[in-house]
Amino acid sequence: MRGRGQFVGDLRFAGMQDVAFVRSPIAHGHIKAVEAPDKYRTFVFSAADLSGVKPIRAVSALRGFKPSVQHCLAADKVRFVGEPVAMCVAPTRAVAEDIAASVALNIEELPAIHDMLAARTSPPALVHEQWGDNVFLETFVDTNFEKALNAPIRVTRQIKTSRQCMAPIEGRGAVALWDTRLEQLTLYSACQMPHIVRTGLAECLGLDEAQVRVIAPDVGGGFGYKGILLTEEVCISWLAMKRGHPVRWLEDRREHLTAGANCREHYYSITGYADRDGTLLGIDCEAVVDSGAYSSYPFSACLEAAQIASILPGPYDFPSYRCRTWSVATNKCPILPYRGVARTGVCFAIELVLDAIAREAGVEPHVVRNKILVKPEQMPFTNITKKWFDSGDYPEALRRAVDAIGIDKVRARQKKCEADGRLIGVGLAIYCEQSSHGTSVYHGWGIPMVPGFEQATARLTPDGGLELRVGVHSHGQGLETTLAQVAHEILGIDVAKIKVVHGDTAMTPYSTGTWGSRCMVMAGGAVSVACKEIASRAAKIGAQFLQAEAKDIVVKGGAVVGPNGSVPLSEIARTWYLKPQNLPPGVDMGGMEATIGYRPAPDTGTFSYAAHAALVAVDSEVGDVEILDYVIVEDGGKLVNPMIVDGQIFGGLAQGIGTALYEEMPFDAAGQPLASTFADYLLPGPTEVPTPRVGHMETLAPHTEFGVKGIGEGGAIAPPAAITNAVNDALRSFGAELLISPITPRRVLEAIAAARGAA
Amino acid sequence: MKPVPFDYARPGDVGSALKLAGDRGAAKFIAGGQSLGPMLNLRLVQPQLLIDITAIDDLKRVEAGKDTLFIGSCITHADIEDRRIPDVTNGVLPSVAAGIAYRAVRNRGTIGGSIAHADPAADWISVLSALGAQAVIRSAGGTRRLAVAEFIIGVFQTQLDDGEILTGVEVPRHSPVSRWGYYKLCRKTGEFAHAIGAYHDDRDRNVCRAVIGAAGGAPIVMADKRRLFGDKEPAASALDETYVRHAMTAAGLGDVIEQTVRVAALRRAVAQAVAA
Repeated sequence: MRGRGQFVGDLRFAGMQDVAFVRSPIAHGHIKAVEAPDKYRTFVFSAADLSGVKPIRAVSALRGFKPSVQHCLAADKVRFVGEPVAMCVAPTRAVAEDIAASVALNIEELPAIHDMLAARTSPPALVHEQWGDNVFLETFVDTNFEKALNAPIRVTRQIKTSRQCMAPIEGRGAVALWDTRLEQLTLYSACQMPHIVRTGLAECLGLDEAQVRVIAPDVGGGFGYKGILLTEEVCISWLAMKRGHPVRWLEDRREHLTAGANCREHYYSITGYADRDGTLLGIDCEAVVDSGAYSSYPFSACLEAAQIASILPGPYDFPSYRCRTWSVATNKCPILPYRGVARTGVCFAIELVLDAIAREAGVEPHVVRNKILVKPEQMPFTNITKKWFDSGDYPEALRRAVDAIGIDKVRARQKKCEADGRLIGVGLAIYCEQSSHGTSVYHGWGIPMVPGFEQATARLTPDGGLELRVGVHSHGQGLETTLAQVAHEILGIDVAKIKVVHGDTAMTPYSTGTWGSRCMVMAGGAVSVACKEIASRAAKIGAQFLQAEAKDIVVKGGAVVGPNGSVPLSEIARTWYLKPQNLPPGVDMGGMEATIGYRPAPDTGTFSYAAHAALVAVDSEVGDVEILDYVIVEDGGKLVNPMIVDGQIFGGLAQGIGTALYEEMPFDAAGQPLASTFADYLLPGPTEVPTPRVGHMETLAPHTEFGVKGIGEGGAIAPPAAITNAVNDALRSFGAELLISPITPRRVLEAIAAARGAA
Repeated sequence: MKPVPFDYARPGDVGSALKLAGDRGAAKFIAGGQSLGPMLNLRLVQPQLLIDITAIDDLKRVEAGKDTLFIGSCITHADIEDRRIPDVTNGVLPSVAAGIAYRAVRNRGTIGGSIAHADPAADWISVLSALGAQAVIRSAGGTRRLAVAEFIIGVFQTQLDDGEILTGVEVPRHSPVSRWGYYKLCRKTGEFAHAIGAYHDDRDRNVCRAVIGAAGGAPIVMADKRRLFGDKEPAASALDETYVRHAMTAAGLGDVIEQTVRVAALRRAVAQAVAA
């Protein structure tokens, strides 16, 4: 930390002006008028002004999908609190906010759709009238479901995860500049996928893509929050072109919280069927996801619900399965995939049900899981939803986690009373995480963005250094380090002499960007193959210098090494660029620069996995939950940089604890978000996040470079399930059970009161 | 999140501050700004004039008398935490100060600002109510005193009138046998409390006072030992839960679960006090 970062908010351009948006104060209504006082009229822009700007349509070819049309400034209707209605520009943000405060909105209010269940079954209104209902998409799968119906154990639960707001330290923000010389728009944006933003921006503005350059400078965290094209980006780009001066918009915390509570809201009505001994025989589930008002570009609306159907079975092998899902439109901001995407929700749902089955069967939760975890000898394994698990030893991860948390000691301790009167409980959760999945998985979605061959450019510089150019973006993942490590592994060039260039569409190969825990597998693989190509070209030149046979040549330690000597890569590079007269005949004219595409085959994704175990203490008098111990046993295949992997796990855990215990954006019946500062929207801080004990296993991915697997999201997947199972274990004597995240003190006390009332 | 345009003044004495406030309609005093700052940025407060009172020496005055300690409004939580001012409470004030929000807030936030702001969830209004402290209020007409428990009348509401400024608080000096317990429930470290229980007794001064705080309004003060404990000695187990719940219901806090956590907080405060 040296304070030298250059985030969007640090950028200064001559003549730059600031934008403040007038945002809808109500959740649903017809816009009758947007009026600015005369003195400000030329600084205020509404939908009618945005001539030539196309709305955002993020479609899917999935059967039955209904597309939404999102105007960059709301045109006829507003559909969520915080939706931009007008844009105000001024020399400073403060003045822009003064102008925004003077704009009068006349909106005829419609009933707000704030409850996703009612939105589907008894809607008070329609978010998009032309649809006829409030459902983006419904999906259904059934595999031998009826065979489970006679199971002796049947547990049904209604499980819910609350709506959350992703909270990267840096909010969103962008600066747009129009270059009259190049006739080019440059957008600096705090984004995760500059190339996708460029494609979407060009489409909305009607520009050739060559006229758009997107630069993502230093970015302070993404997690999915910055993985879309923003309406605000389109608006300020249009304004920069119209007015000819740079235009900036920086999201403030109130905009972030009120207009950006966009993730995690799932509802499950789920039944587990099991044998007397707790062996899971089948799952039947109806899942609803509150997708919000629109589908964001490139795609968001059905991502979670449709994934639920395919990933709910988790790391388990069981014979019968049925799942119906609905992606429901409501008057909330559009849902976006947050770290773990649908996995955090499905892990929560199935792991809670497995614990309920364990209680019903009277066996330990880990015993119930052990019976159905996919076993190493079954790998590679095709599960009930046709997911192809590549490798791993799930039971071993569980065994290690159970050992580490000390299940026997906990059980003994539970028999005695705690000195402080609290109740302790232990909880488990295990998941597998498909990541880096590619073309074969996504083409079926028919969405604007299908990942293909990930490309990297490797370029030796005349002084023997190496540039790596990648289209993914690094905003906390440490790719500057890990991609350099990969290149070093191939070429042996000192990592201090390797420069990773990313975040600029003008300088990097096209990429769908950073999402889906894909960078280490995909960009790392691409860097690997590009460096191998450079190595092979350099080896050919070096062989001639060394007068050696190609078969006797290797590249290592930054040099071409033959039987009787070696030539440094720096000398080969210098020869190529500056002393070409010394090149031998027949060299590869591609020279010391190679752009190579990479895609594993098969490209169905790597499957990392982890077992989490939590020990908690619950103060049943006041509802407090304290995490006493937390164990994570994970397998990410070959870890390129174990310290960075640990960092990912710690950060993910912190977010998972947020989901489990703190984070929630409540909405009232009028669709108003009720937390507008971090005093109301609680994030875990350092004292709320224990240092987990992390154990590593290593099962190499069979089809990736070096055997690496994507692990970026895992830490955030299991904590809500593990912690809630632990709380439920602690509250077992009351017969109380929590089935909602986050677990607030009030919810704990309500669960206890409900159990007492029922008893 | 930028405030509306406002003028700024930094007077050197209370009289000037009051005059400035009287001359302009929408004037607001600012001391540490730890609550007012965010409220300005959220435009929840839109003053024409902000009067910074931190240059007024009189408001940083601390004076230990025979029976009381006067603490000027601009004394910071950190001043109290670090014992840069005298203590007459056998350590109550420093221990409470050390638990307010985060150190960065304590460095700038002031005791007077906290009381005048009257956030129901803040520490000082409950603690000073339990200690029987007096708010000292100055106006052009002179000085008046009010028990802190009466000074606070609701959510962000006090008895402070236009033309008045809170110059400080007077805290009674404890006897050697005074006892104290304070239990607050916070969702996370440094967050505002969602329930507060405070208990103070001092046999030598014939004081027995329990306070329920963070109760959605003014602190709920219960100062009748017999009502609290009947004929028994003060103890957590002796606390009359029915009476405490009744007091909360009377104060408008009727939700059973909300009452339950506050009863627990108060019981724990009593337990702390009698165990010490």
